[in-house]
Amino acid sequence: MAAPLSMKRISETVWEIPRGYKPGMLVPARIYATEKLIGEMDEGVFNQVTNVACLPGIVKYAFCMPDGHWGYGFPIGGVAAMDINEGVISPGGIGFDINCGMRLAVTDLTLEEVRPRLKELVDALFYRIPSGVGSTGFLRLDRKEFREALEEGSRWCLRKGYAWPEDIELTEERGCFEGADASKVSEKAIDRGFDQVGTLGSGNHYCEIQVAKPENVIDEEMARAFGFTLPDQIAIMFHCGSRGFGHQVATDYLQSFLRVMEPKYGIKVLDRELASAPFNSREGQDYFKAMKCAANMAFLNRQVILHRIREVFSTVFRRAPEDLGIRMVYDVTHNTAKVERHVVDGREMELLVHRKGATRAFPPGMKGLPERYMQTGQPVIIGGSMETGSYLLAGLATGKDAFYTTAHGSGRTMSRHHAKRMYRGSKLQHEMEERGIYVRSVTWGGLAEEAGAAYKKIDEVVGATESAGLSKRVVRLIPIGNIKG
Amino acid sequence: MPYRYLDEIATADVAFEATGGNLEEVFTAAAEATLNVMVDEPERIERVMRVAVKLENTDRDMLLYDFLNELVYLKDARKLLLRVENMEIKEGAEGLSLVAELSGEELDPAKHPLGADVKAVTLHMFSLERADSGWKATAVLDI
Repeated sequence: MAAPLSMKRISETVWEIPRGYKPGMLVPARIYATEKLIGEMDEGVFNQVTNVACLPGIVKYAFCMPDGHWGYGFPIGGVAAMDINEGVISPGGIGFDINCGMRLAVTDLTLEEVRPRLKELVDALFYRIPSGVGSTGFLRLDRKEFREALEEGSRWCLRKGYAWPEDIELTEERGCFEGADASKVSEKAIDRGFDQVGTLGSGNHYCEIQVAKPENVIDEEMARAFGFTLPDQIAIMFHCGSRGFGHQVATDYLQSFLRVMEPKYGIKVLDRELASAPFNSREGQDYFKAMKCAANMAFLNRQVILHRIREVFSTVFRRAPEDLGIRMVYDVTHNTAKVERHVVDGREMELLVHRKGATRAFPPGMKGLPERYMQTGQPVIIGGSMETGSYLLAGLATGKDAFYTTAHGSGRTMSRHHAKRMYRGSKLQHEMEERGIYVRSVTWGGLAEEAGAAYKKIDEVVGATESAGLSKRVVRLIPIGNIKG
Repeated sequence: MPYRYLDEIATADVAFEATGGNLEEVFTAAAEATLNVMVDEPERIERVMRVAVKLENTDRDMLLYDFLNELVYLKDARKLLLRVENMEIKEGAEGLSLVAELSGEELDPAKHPLGADVKAVTLHMFSLERADSGWKATAVLDI
């Protein structure tokens, strides 16, 4: 393990790498973690977060969240806010899977009602929500319609009957990044994505049926405000993004930025994956508008999947989705850059906040929150491994220093190949079933890669976010059924 | 095959190192390494469809980057799992050109033992360099 010798502990859960650590650092790097988590972090995190600290226009600190691990360009869990007048935008600070995110819905069903139908439910979800390499969705959009949907986001779903009005209100950005411009995306990106709306993808993407046991409700009042009102209440959580469309948008602009970055703008970076352009340049603005299309594609994708989930539950229980109370709690984005207003050293600034594998976590009263959550703060959905559990949390005013950002998941500690050597998918499925978790996956290898032991301890990660004042635990959710790509 | 996956790099993604005696061989090995992430036993892919690929770039490593991206694109846009049938890379004063014929078949989950989807080829640690035996490429694939 190679934590830099110059790294200083600022508080129980904040660690700082000073500017002197690496030539070119414009700000120090700050990592949020417990002593245990910092000890487990791979050296890639320290290298990458300090590379981010060198990007033009970065303000205050380059951050890494407690679930941080070695990624590409930014570390996963990396956060950087740029002055919009002098700073850059970097596709490597957002990731290829633009607006990969989490959605959580509650139901009026309890464990007692769902347990006897669990296999039927999971099997139906597995067949009705396509997943895995090269899968296509049930929506047959032509390219023109797809382009329209890219600019409208979830509102397109509302028009077409795939959303309830409340779903839109309870999605970050109300389900649409305004200013998306489909003329800024390539035909190649359209080719890759127009038939993928309503698909999960693979890797760490999943859809899970969960239960909120009374002993796991940490803050009863907040839980009630977020829709958890019954003992052993059933919830549905899923994780997916903008599919091949978003991946191609990022690839296209990464290549275009590389061509102009140094010759035209004189920007040098320490990793080509950090290719950047000034935010206020033609290239920077074109990417921002295309990135918004990809973010909207991800909202569409998650909204259509929620529609499918409602259909499946309705078919299995022979009751209308409204009657089953399948209501959104919230939808959070992970891989984005957004223009936000934050107070820095007493001065309000307009910043471009890159969050890569990190969740926005607005505190109570913040502009941009749905009316329903003005008193509680933003719901934060942190997905754990398929074996261990996940958390619903809330944003806090003390998250100000990190531009109101928190963790996004458990964070991997074991490579995919290592996990595949350690575990056998079929055996894991059997063992999980014995523990009351029924899981279906397109591939045994894919299942083995996602074994619980390949991840950090979720309790440690969310505990670190709470100690650091980034987000506060509300409910711990236990998996009972899971489908994976 | 002349490639191996690197465990210690980019925890949630897949890194590989591919080698070859010449550029065509290292490009072919890198293509196989990328394909093998998405499908087990790629040798079982039947070569029933053919796709021609022509690419140009001024840099060798970026030509490889473009080539791997083309494979990822064809996987989503045309649902094709493809292997290199033949390839020729020419280096001239203007840069490099690649002409390849790929062959394979449409992806079928009932037939092909699928692995993880490759979202993209990243430029993190991406390299193509001379090695004792010819050429060595390193890449991190986003999963």
